[in-house]
Amino acid sequence: DTWISTQKKIHSQLSLPVYPLQENRQFGSKMTDSKYFTTTKKGEIFELKAELNSDKKEKKKEAVKKVIASMTVGKDVSALFPDVVNCMQTDNLELKKLVYLYLMNYAKSQPDMAIMAVNTFVKDCEDPNPLIRALAVRTMGCIRVDKITEYLCEPLRKCLKDEDPYVRKTAAVCVAKLHDINAQLVEDQGFLDTLKDLISDSNPMVVANAVAALSEIAESHPNSNLLDLNPQTINKLLTALNECTEWGQIFILDCLANYTPRDDRESQSICERVTPRLSHANSAVVLSAVKVLMKFMEMLPKDLDYYGTLLKKLAPPLVTLLSAEPELQYVALRNINLIVQRRPEILKHEMKVFFVKYNDPIYVKLEKLDIMIRLASQANIAQVLAELKEYATEVDVDFVRKAVRAIGRCAIKVEQSAERCVSTLLDLIQTKVNYVVQEAIVVIKDIFRKYPNKYESVIATLCENLDSLDEPEARAAMIWIVGEYAERIDNADELLESFLEGFHDESTQVQLQLLTAIVKLFLKKPTETQELVQQVLSLATQDSDNPDLRDRGYIYWRLLSTDPVAAKEVVLAEKPLISEETDLIEPTLLEELICHIGTLASVYHKPPSAFVEGSRGVQHKRLPGSAGSGESVESPDPGAAATETPPAVIPSQGDLLGDLLNLDLTPTTTTGPPPPTTSGMQMGAMDLLSGGLDSLMGDESEPLGGDIGGNPAMGAAFGAAPATMPASFNAPGSGGLDDLFDLGGGVGMPMGALNPPKAVWLPAMKAKGLEISGVFVRRAGVIQMEMTLTNKAMSVMTDFAIQFNRNSFGLAPAGPLQILTPLSPNQSIEPLNNLQVAVKNNIDVFYFSCQYPISMLFVEDGKMERQVFLATWKDIPNDNESQFQIKDCHLNSDAASNKLQSSNIFTIAKRTVEGQDMLYQSMKLTNGIWVLAELRVQAGNPNYTVSSISLKCRAPEVSQCVFQNYEAVLKN
Amino acid sequence: MIGGLFIYNHKGEVLISRVYRDDIGRNAVDAFRVNVIHARQQVRSPVTNIARTSFLHVKRSNIWLAAATKQNVNATMVFEFLYKMCDVMAAYFGKISEENVKNNFVLIYELLDEILDFGYPQNSETGALKTFITQQGIKSQHHTKEEQSQITSQVTGQIGWRREGIKYRRNELFLDVLESVNLLMSPQGQVLSAHVSGRVVMKSYLSGMPECKFGMNDKIVIDKQGKGGGSEDVAKSGKQSIAIDDCTFHQCVRLSKFDTERSISFIPPDGDYELMRYRTTKDIILPFRVIPLVREVGRTRLEVKVVIKSNFKSSLLAQKIEVRIPTPLTTSGVQLICMKGKAKYKASENAIVWKVKRMAGMKESQISAEIELLPTNDKKKWARPPISMNFEVPFAPSGLKVRYLKVFEPKLNYSDHDVIKWVRYIGRSGIYETRC
Repeated sequence: DTWISTQKKIHSQLSLPVYPLQENRQFGSKMTDSKYFTTTKKGEIFELKAELNSDKKEKKKEAVKKVIASMTVGKDVSALFPDVVNCMQTDNLELKKLVYLYLMNYAKSQPDMAIMAVNTFVKDCEDPNPLIRALAVRTMGCIRVDKITEYLCEPLRKCLKDEDPYVRKTAAVCVAKLHDINAQLVEDQGFLDTLKDLISDSNPMVVANAVAALSEIAESHPNSNLLDLNPQTINKLLTALNECTEWGQIFILDCLANYTPRDDRESQSICERVTPRLSHANSAVVLSAVKVLMKFMEMLPKDLDYYGTLLKKLAPPLVTLLSAEPELQYVALRNINLIVQRRPEILKHEMKVFFVKYNDPIYVKLEKLDIMIRLASQANIAQVLAELKEYATEVDVDFVRKAVRAIGRCAIKVEQSAERCVSTLLDLIQTKVNYVVQEAIVVIKDIFRKYPNKYESVIATLCENLDSLDEPEARAAMIWIVGEYAERIDNADELLESFLEGFHDESTQVQLQLLTAIVKLFLKKPTETQELVQQVLSLATQDSDNPDLRDRGYIYWRLLSTDPVAAKEVVLAEKPLISEETDLIEPTLLEELICHIGTLASVYHKPPSAFVEGSRGVQHKRLPGSAGSGESVESPDPGAAATETPPAVIPSQGDLLGDLLNLDLTPTTTTGPPPPTTSGMQMGAMDLLSGGLDSLMGDESEPLGGDIGGNPAMGAAFGAAPATMPASFNAPGSGGLDDLFDLGGGVGMPMGALNPPKAVWLPAMKAKGLEISGVFVRRAGVIQMEMTLTNKAMSVMTDFAIQFNRNSFGLAPAGPLQILTPLSPNQSIEPLNNLQVAVKNNIDVFYFSCQYPISMLFVEDGKMERQVFLATWKDIPNDNESQFQIKDCHLNSDAASNKLQSSNIFTIAKRTVEGQDMLYQSMKLTNGIWVLAELRVQAGNPNYTVSSISLKCRAPEVSQCVFQNYEAVLKN
Repeated sequence: MIGGLFIYNHKGEVLISRVYRDDIGRNAVDAFRVNVIHARQQVRSPVTNIARTSFLHVKRSNIWLAAATKQNVNATMVFEFLYKMCDVMAAYFGKISEENVKNNFVLIYELLDEILDFGYPQNSETGALKTFITQQGIKSQHHTKEEQSQITSQVTGQIGWRREGIKYRRNELFLDVLESVNLLMSPQGQVLSAHVSGRVVMKSYLSGMPECKFGMNDKIVIDKQGKGGGSEDVAKSGKQSIAIDDCTFHQCVRLSKFDTERSISFIPPDGDYELMRYRTTKDIILPFRVIPLVREVGRTRLEVKVVIKSNFKSSLLAQKIEVRIPTPLTTSGVQLICMKGKAKYKASENAIVWKVKRMAGMKESQISAEIELLPTNDKKKWARPPISMNFEVPFAPSGLKVRYLKVFEPKLNYSDHDVIKWVRYIGRSGIYETRC
């Protein structure tokens, strides 16, 4: 084998000569070009003018170079326009290019003069040399002057069909240029069709440029179906993919990512043809391929072998991106952050590659740290902690802080490691480095929240550092700790008192925390701290201008003075657990960002609409729906709590209740036993507006009167809506005072809930004189059916009974229909009673159907935990999502949220993107079905508009009803 | 897409400014200068958004290259393009410096016009570009019609990286396997992370359109072959094969063929290019081991002893060995004793730099230092940055071996045997650090 023999030469070649660069000849001859940058004399323009008009070619060229140099550094040389354009007609290609460059810059400011150039362009488009034809059409497209654009059409049409591929690929881009100047013209001239034809061109680069141009044009016509992606075109693109330049591959892959395959088989076959791209040297090709794969993978069933293979194939190229140049690493890491959130399984074994190197640029370090925390698990926590501890001693303050914070997050995420994390944090506190100590205290507070009563032994150490804390967040954290564990800290009162001295200089965060901490202390040790609590309450209520602080002060004050026991229940209430992942991206946004892998959106972690002006990028991209229903079953997410409810809502076909509920029920095979009635109904509703609450209010308002006096806002609120007082106390942390104000006017509405008028359910004509009208309401957690039975017949009616047919939500009467007195003719009664389908009396049995608003079924504990919400949203297949438009509803997000909350639709989170508020809401039906909603509120002029809503539910059948309810509530 | 491309010197003066899109105005040039180049703080991100314009930048020595855009561009592509732009410029005029950029500004404008159209990157292979962007304008007029169409078909063609009709009297190729070995080791000698990132760089001087096939001791290929052949083969080659975590290829390599058959076949560009990159993490030969010993004697003295051990065949020689031992900022004096090479305390770099020209395998050498410190009140402890090392060894630390590179050119009358082939292996230190 010859190869073996050559191998012997190897080591003799160790000091191979350095081969000279091949093209060094420019060095000598061009040394002079930089001189053009240095001319700054007076009268320069005048001189240049003379030179441009010189007879000598060389001198002309020199002059044009000088003009370009001046243009580059920002000098205005537009005055030379005619003189430069005069140089255009030359057979010197280099000179011609320089003149063109000048033209592109100044044509817009001198449109009339620019016309002078048209002839040359048109002539050049006919040149026998394809390079010159292409140059002409390329440059012409860059001159944004209307009159020139008109002349461009004919040459462009020819060039699009030129025999030379180089001209065609240039012309393809030129269509996009022209479209940017005059979209209508492009459409009228039929260039779009020609461009579409180029997708079938024999030359791969022409195809790639046509795809790029079409994609760009399609972005500004979201509904035009311009790209018309179908299996045939996709096949053409995939063929071109193997043959075109690296850049062309990127255009094609980015375009492919917009396609939605028809089924999982097509999806797989495209994936198979895209995976080889993962070995390309160009990172952008790799990331764009990853984008296509991540998107199409959604459609593959998870039990497919190929699905597993694909997951395995994705990890190595992602890791390889980390050995690219730092800027590419940064982009890659921002993307990996998204990928890890969407599909943690891909990189779960690759923790080590995210370890920070000492010389990494800071932006790479910070991103790596983020991903390390996301990947931390019981299996690798020891390593991760050792690394984090190392980082906490580095120089860069931001990085060190983030490392310390990361240790805390590990403790919360991996329970087994909590103890080690706490001791690591204590070690760090011992270093006494100010910002390390403060950061450590902030995270220890979170650890206390997560594991109550476990690590209190460290409090003493923390207290030692009290004086060195100068950042509000750290001070607030420390105060929270002291308040929370006041009973175990002997000198808690002294500690808190020391903070009180400079109360007004503290930030709001600290003030609020201090107020709460002292109230906690008082509730725990009432005897010694009465004075302290008085002090803080008066500081907060009388000497502060901050409404939040004042309100909280008043509420505490009132609570303490009226009912210390209730105060204890409220202030010392058990806190909800904190979640382990704090900065997860909202599922819908995450899905959208996955569709934008590799782009700026994925770097900013913002949708394109947040930073792109105009019509481009406003379309929101979504991942395709997942295959089959297998998905929901195998997800091990915490959302499983909601999953467990069997989807037994769907009744067997032919059941009456389908009609009753007016649900569009699809026939299904699940004919399980009827769902258990989860919520019993009570007879006899309490009249909320009469006695009960008024007296409640009476009791309460008297002792409060004095305090309220000084605060008109509070007084007004309480005066107007007495009924809401207890409500807001029962649900601390909910809407708070907003609710109070918003409900002020709703005197006629019990609890402010939607209360539609009674409708006639059974006309007297059909029921031999018995007329039934009614309405459904939900009061105090009970679904009630209020009926008015009117006897329009001539005889007395007796023996009333009521029966419900089996129905979706298992509604059943809680008790018999009790009508004690016989119903005389024309007498009408208003019994408070529950739903029924059949009403029987001494005359006959009458059947009727009535629709009840689905909001009746929303139970009071329908507020999902944030974390669970995120998981559940992710977990519910996209097929189950329904979108609705809401028209003519002018409410801002807060008002909408409040309105909905009164119907037991709870807002869990709110996010503002570009003036568009997104409300995330949840509600739970009586039979345990959760419905998740995303409500978009558009900030428009002059009003806010609730624009649309997405609903996700495991039983998508209810979505329509839920939407109708939204509409009813919001427009009420 | 890219809306504008700017090149600045270290002071922020514009050297090149080319605007491709109407939405990027002249003020964008200044916005980047003011907000990034002249920013007071260290650059925190290579992507900056200023007044709804995104700037993506890279730096080569003290030259800034920035791409500006108002759209949601493919950021990865923009960075890849900026690097490519640097490569192209370097191939035309050498180092990217202010001097060179100014001297070649006309050329750069011509290149930018060609390789970026309306902000879309076009063919940027130097091989192709050099056939028609020559900076000798008049000459290009004299291309014959055949020459012209050859140029355009190459620029747009499937093999855009190579032109037809190349002829060499001597068909020759050079393969360099260049590896950088990266290590992070704990003070106790535990390997925290180690990987090799390697490159196969080729210089080809081959006539015609040669079809090449490259083979190395890739575990997957050898295992596959072993299955077909006898068990003896497996035993023999199994030892030598290496597991490659991932590899990427120059665009000349047929990726679908690699994906299905794992064979590397291609028509190479002419001259210098990088055939492939790869990464390995298993069974890496760590050429050096660094054993640090740091002792704090009181508050004003530090004793440091560092031993380096070479861990490869004693017949091989490592070169350009350099050990960098960081010292505290409060260092007032250093005394050094080393058995081999030269050591120096460099106050400006806060480090002791110990250089050894050559060192054979299976040897050991050490340095000891006494560091005097100024007494301070600063409570903050010294962060103790890791000890880093540089070296060059004449083998591939990953264990990669080139098995063959076959050349076929059916149309011309030379065969694989006539091609003179050279290969060499160079292992260099990447980030080779030991914590102390």
